[in-house]
Amino acid sequence: MSEFLQHLVNGISLGTIYALIALGYTMVYGVLKLINFAHGDVYMVGAFGGFYLAHLLGVNDSPSLPKTLVVFVGSMLICGTLGFLIERLAYRPLRYRPRLTALITAIGISFLLEFGFQLPRWSFMPFDFPPGPTPRFFPELFPRTIWFNIGEVSISNYDALALGVAILFMVGLEFIIYRTKFGVAMRAVSFDPNIAGLMGIPVDRIISGTFILGSVLASVAALLVSISRPRIDPIMGLMPGLKAFVAAVFGGIGNVPGAMVGGLILGLSEEFVAGYMLSSFRDAIAFAILILVLLFRPEGLFGRITTEKV
Amino acid sequence: MKLLKNFLPFLIGIPILWGIQLISPPHIAIILVNVGVNIILAVSLNVVNGFTGQFSIGHAGFMAAGAYTTAKITLALQDTLLPGLSPWLSTQTIFLMALVAGMLLSGTMGLLVGMPSLRLRGDYLAIVTLGFNEIIRVFIENIRWLGGATGLSGVPPYTTLVWVGLGAIATISMARRLVSSTHGRALLAIREDEIAAEAMGVNTTKYKIRAFVISSAFAGLGGGLLGHYILLVTPKTFTFIKSMEVVGMVVLGGMGSISGSIISATLLTVLLEGLRGLDQYRMVMYALLLVILMLTRPTGLFGTHEIWDVLSRYFPKRKAVQKA
Repeated sequence: MSEFLQHLVNGISLGTIYALIALGYTMVYGVLKLINFAHGDVYMVGAFGGFYLAHLLGVNDSPSLPKTLVVFVGSMLICGTLGFLIERLAYRPLRYRPRLTALITAIGISFLLEFGFQLPRWSFMPFDFPPGPTPRFFPELFPRTIWFNIGEVSISNYDALALGVAILFMVGLEFIIYRTKFGVAMRAVSFDPNIAGLMGIPVDRIISGTFILGSVLASVAALLVSISRPRIDPIMGLMPGLKAFVAAVFGGIGNVPGAMVGGLILGLSEEFVAGYMLSSFRDAIAFAILILVLLFRPEGLFGRITTEKV
Repeated sequence: MKLLKNFLPFLIGIPILWGIQLISPPHIAIILVNVGVNIILAVSLNVVNGFTGQFSIGHAGFMAAGAYTTAKITLALQDTLLPGLSPWLSTQTIFLMALVAGMLLSGTMGLLVGMPSLRLRGDYLAIVTLGFNEIIRVFIENIRWLGGATGLSGVPPYTTLVWVGLGAIATISMARRLVSSTHGRALLAIREDEIAAEAMGVNTTKYKIRAFVISSAFAGLGGGLLGHYILLVTPKTFTFIKSMEVVGMVVLGGMGSISGSIISATLLTVLLEGLRGLDQYRMVMYALLLVILMLTRPTGLFGTHEIWDVLSRYFPKRKAVQKA
């Protein structure tokens, strides 16, 4: 029973992480119909941004909650800027070109970030950047305390924070998309960018905003993962990115609530299958789910079937 | 007569390749073998990424499937002598059969990966192949029968320059003949406009899957040849880094140009051999190459043109002159 509860807790926390990353995929796909391959690497940059900020603030010596807040906000700013730049410099010039061109650029940007971060340190940088291929260890942002125990399962303030922050951001996103003017514009662009433009919606600005929003969520996910699993390295974004994409497809790509549900289902199924049956094939589970979804319900749980027109 | 024409490249190729193999010093031979393997990989990937307009980024996964199958077979039959054949001929026959088996298995893998993902639009194939590439690595690392993370060692040194050269000739003539066939026309139609192709009666899913299976089978050939040259088959050889190299070659050469792929595979292999010391910058260069090419010259070096088409414009055959 306690083993089951432990897997449940782990699965939910993993699932919320996947959901946060999947939201970025699904929103960008909604407005641009492009799979943003670099999204997993924005997540990686989020973790490293937090890592450098934490060292700058001296978190190692005196961990505290205000510093944690600074690390979170700082990393979100870094990722937001990165997301904005990627869209502005790499995707926007290609928006009206064949789709394949944008896809290849996205793959290129993704590998540029992954391998750029694996380079040896540049001598002119004041701090240890790029970090190189060896894994780093994320410092403890604030002291870990056990809040309460259910049977043998202990819930620490870390777990509570991770879940709380993830839910907070998802509710916030829900609010932005359905209750603000920006959200209405975003939905309009995702419905039809040309008509939205004719209706006076600044399409370019909305697309930029969507990238920033998605990247911020990715950086939050990265920090939440890094505080509980502190090993970070330049290709840490590959697998979570892939799995979050599976979550987005599972929920119906382009569908915001779908990404959240998909993330949770994926996290739970991964944790339970890996926990009870095939622990060494953990990474293969998401892939198996992807294949099954593509075979039997390619539009996802909540997606609508759309036919492509000329 | 037609049969003879089909085998002409091979008949001419064998003595030439054999000659090159005799005269080239070892360090040149290594580069030439690498060039040959990369030509096989780039041209076969071009069938999917160039002719069909889909985008696969998991070629190394299929290489792994081919390499492991081939190596397993040759390792098992290392000391077997086929009846009625000389020892040399026997090992060569076994190697050929092992390569074919490798191609069959990687082609089957291609079918399994392609069937679910090619029914949808191109983007899905990219992410599914990337996933496949990672997952096949996870599987191999966890299966002791395949040597786990350390891989299979002691693979017999069967691959020679002649083998690689013949493999490259086979791949190139496959690609050339495919494009000019009915199948190839269907693939080109899918690349230009999938909806229009479907409207004209092309079964797009079927053709896309066929192209993908052929491409994966030849990736398996490349993997098998590579494994029997470096004499070691490990999961590390077939990571997505290898896939990216091949993608870089295809994009640089021009998606849809066989000669472009050949030239860029040769260029990049030789160039990177020269840049051995700067290994860390290699992959960054590939990534930058992709982004910059897409922003400035998305057609690559050759676009969809072929060298032989350009040449035949300047040196028309007699038949063409008579017609004019």
